[in-house]
Amino acid sequence: MSGAVIETRALGRRFAGVTALHALDLTVWAGEAVAVFGPNGAGKSTLLRLLATLLRPSAGVLRLFEHAVNDGGAAARRRVGFLSHQSFLYPDLTPTENLDFYARMFRVSKPVERVRALIERVGLTGWAHRPVRTLSRGLEQRCALARALVHEPDLLLLDEPFTGLDVDASTMLASMLRETHASGTTLLMTTHDMARGLDICRRAIILTRGRLMWDGPIAAMSLDEFEREYHALTQSPPGLGTTDRCSR
Amino acid sequence: MRKLADVILPPVTLAAMLSAIYMVFVYVPTDKVQGIVQRIFYFHVPLAIMAFVAFGTVAVASVMFLWRGTRTWDRVAHAAAEVGMLFCTLVLITGPIWARPVWGTWWTWDARLTTTLILWLIYAAYLMLRSTSGPGDQGARYAAVLGIVGAVDIPIINRSVYWWRTIHPAVLVTREGSSGLADPRMQSTLGICFLAFFLLFLWLLWVRNENMRLGDEVEALRQQALGQA
Amino acid sequence: MLALIRKDLQIEFRTKETLAALLLLGLLTLVVLSFAFDPTSELRGEAAPGALWVAVIFAGVLGLNRSFLAERENDCLQGLLLCPVDRGSIYLAKVASNFLFMLVAQFVIVPICIFFFNLPVTLGLGGVFLSLVLGLLGFAAIGTLFAAIAVRTRAREVMLPLLLLPLAVPVFIAGVKVTAQMLVGKPLADVAPWLNLMLGFDLIFLVVGWLVFEYAVEE
Repeated sequence: MSGAVIETRALGRRFAGVTALHALDLTVWAGEAVAVFGPNGAGKSTLLRLLATLLRPSAGVLRLFEHAVNDGGAAARRRVGFLSHQSFLYPDLTPTENLDFYARMFRVSKPVERVRALIERVGLTGWAHRPVRTLSRGLEQRCALARALVHEPDLLLLDEPFTGLDVDASTMLASMLRETHASGTTLLMTTHDMARGLDICRRAIILTRGRLMWDGPIAAMSLDEFEREYHALTQSPPGLGTTDRCSR
Repeated sequence: MRKLADVILPPVTLAAMLSAIYMVFVYVPTDKVQGIVQRIFYFHVPLAIMAFVAFGTVAVASVMFLWRGTRTWDRVAHAAAEVGMLFCTLVLITGPIWARPVWGTWWTWDARLTTTLILWLIYAAYLMLRSTSGPGDQGARYAAVLGIVGAVDIPIINRSVYWWRTIHPAVLVTREGSSGLADPRMQSTLGICFLAFFLLFLWLLWVRNENMRLGDEVEALRQQALGQA
Repeated sequence: MLALIRKDLQIEFRTKETLAALLLLGLLTLVVLSFAFDPTSELRGEAAPGALWVAVIFAGVLGLNRSFLAERENDCLQGLLLCPVDRGSIYLAKVASNFLFMLVAQFVIVPICIFFFNLPVTLGLGGVFLSLVLGLLGFAAIGTLFAAIAVRTRAREVMLPLLLLPLAVPVFIAGVKVTAQMLVGKPLADVAPWLNLMLGFDLIFLVVGWLVFEYAVEE
């Protein structure tokens, strides 16, 4: 099985008796762009954090880049970027300093040039020397994206990245994500914004209550069609029927 | 294992405790020097030893929990901490009651008392850490860290306080050794008391552990009923 | 690892918040303790070592708390955990920066203590600083570990002193002892056992912390 960037078998995670994820089987191939939808509490963030090795699984196996992730997963982290609605940026430092720090932590070669190039690419040149504290949310998110990309990851995980962004910032983020995907990076994104999700991604999965309910290509679907599918799945009462996995 | 604990442990503990009480209050002769108050000694010393044994249990269970991750070890650590805290509190109460008539003072700062006091503070920190931690396994893990660090630290604390005290001239009569019990009846009483408190420790540990285990099961069932599990 | 320390230092240069907190709290503690003792009493000098170390510890607790509070903003701790470094290295780097901050603060606190308590400025100061170095290292070792924990509990401000003070007793006792001896001009050899105790404490808890830190920060 070559090219599988993510592979999970029966991946599960419990928090103090509450099972956030049940026996999830998922495979994501290199170069894919996958959107993860689901109501609040469905386990989307948990899944992403498991994939980023920020959480350890309570059950099951996770393989990233075809190696089992065990005991820390430092090797895998080098190739994974993570963007959340929290920016992970130090508010008292400037974007340049923040990016420089992360570049060094990820052992990027020639960090200074890389940081400069990134700042230009995300359009932060004018603000590169002001503390992150002073940036608007949109600018901060751009910087956070730069942070996630500083080490040129092969896999980019995004946890509701459009939250709190205005229209302009959203558009810009979307176009940058498309660019990043076009250059070969695998994307996995959770979002509530269905239109954006369908726009950027070619495949979608739907989680409800910690279970994978739907998994398939969406390139050919219209927004309405997908919305119908989504509502059908998320309205079903608990305990009724089996997991309705629909892989096409 | 459960059978053994549920069925045999309580009556045996009860028997031991009853014998201990009898021996302490009726059987053993009154100490010539210290008088009736000395009888507290038979409770105080086993309680003290068990308080430290309890913390040792917490430490071992903590290591096992961090290593293995099963909830059982966490429960044992938690239960041991609660029982240990109880015993430690009793030690710190019975100690001064005994000390006042015998030494003329409520407290000295010798190595043993001070270490016990600090043990009590560590227990308090442990329990408070558990109750104020966020949801999930966090509290268990943090407490385990404290259990381990505390256990490593206690001997060091003891050593340092000992040096602290012995370099200064002794202000008060330093504590006599725990033996010096000439009368064989005193020795046997102490022995029975050790046994009784050891069994009490085990039994309380068991009960509390079962308590928690049942609580966990109820919680799991509840989650299932709500369609989450 | 160096990058981490550099980052902490950068933030500190920018905001100077931690150093300010350390200095101010240390100063305040010394002032308050000065009131606790009769200024005309001959015995005042004897209270100085204790006062110094109380100030050091109280200020230190605050400084340690801050070091992880800073990581809470924007969830930076998660950002750190995303980096391909093992958790033990993050721990050691944090211990180093905390240690440095506390040590630097002493360059102001010790002179103030001398000033308030009218201590003779003898050669013993070298020994006092040695005790501070060893003591603060151990304090930083357990402090960093428990600050990471305390910051995530609900009782944030209360938790760290509650956890730290009992555990730091050996270092405190040793520090006061050594300082007291040094201030009266005793030779270093006299206090060797205490210094060894502190060194042992430091090494043991640096190792324990290094091993256990991942449990304190991961979820």
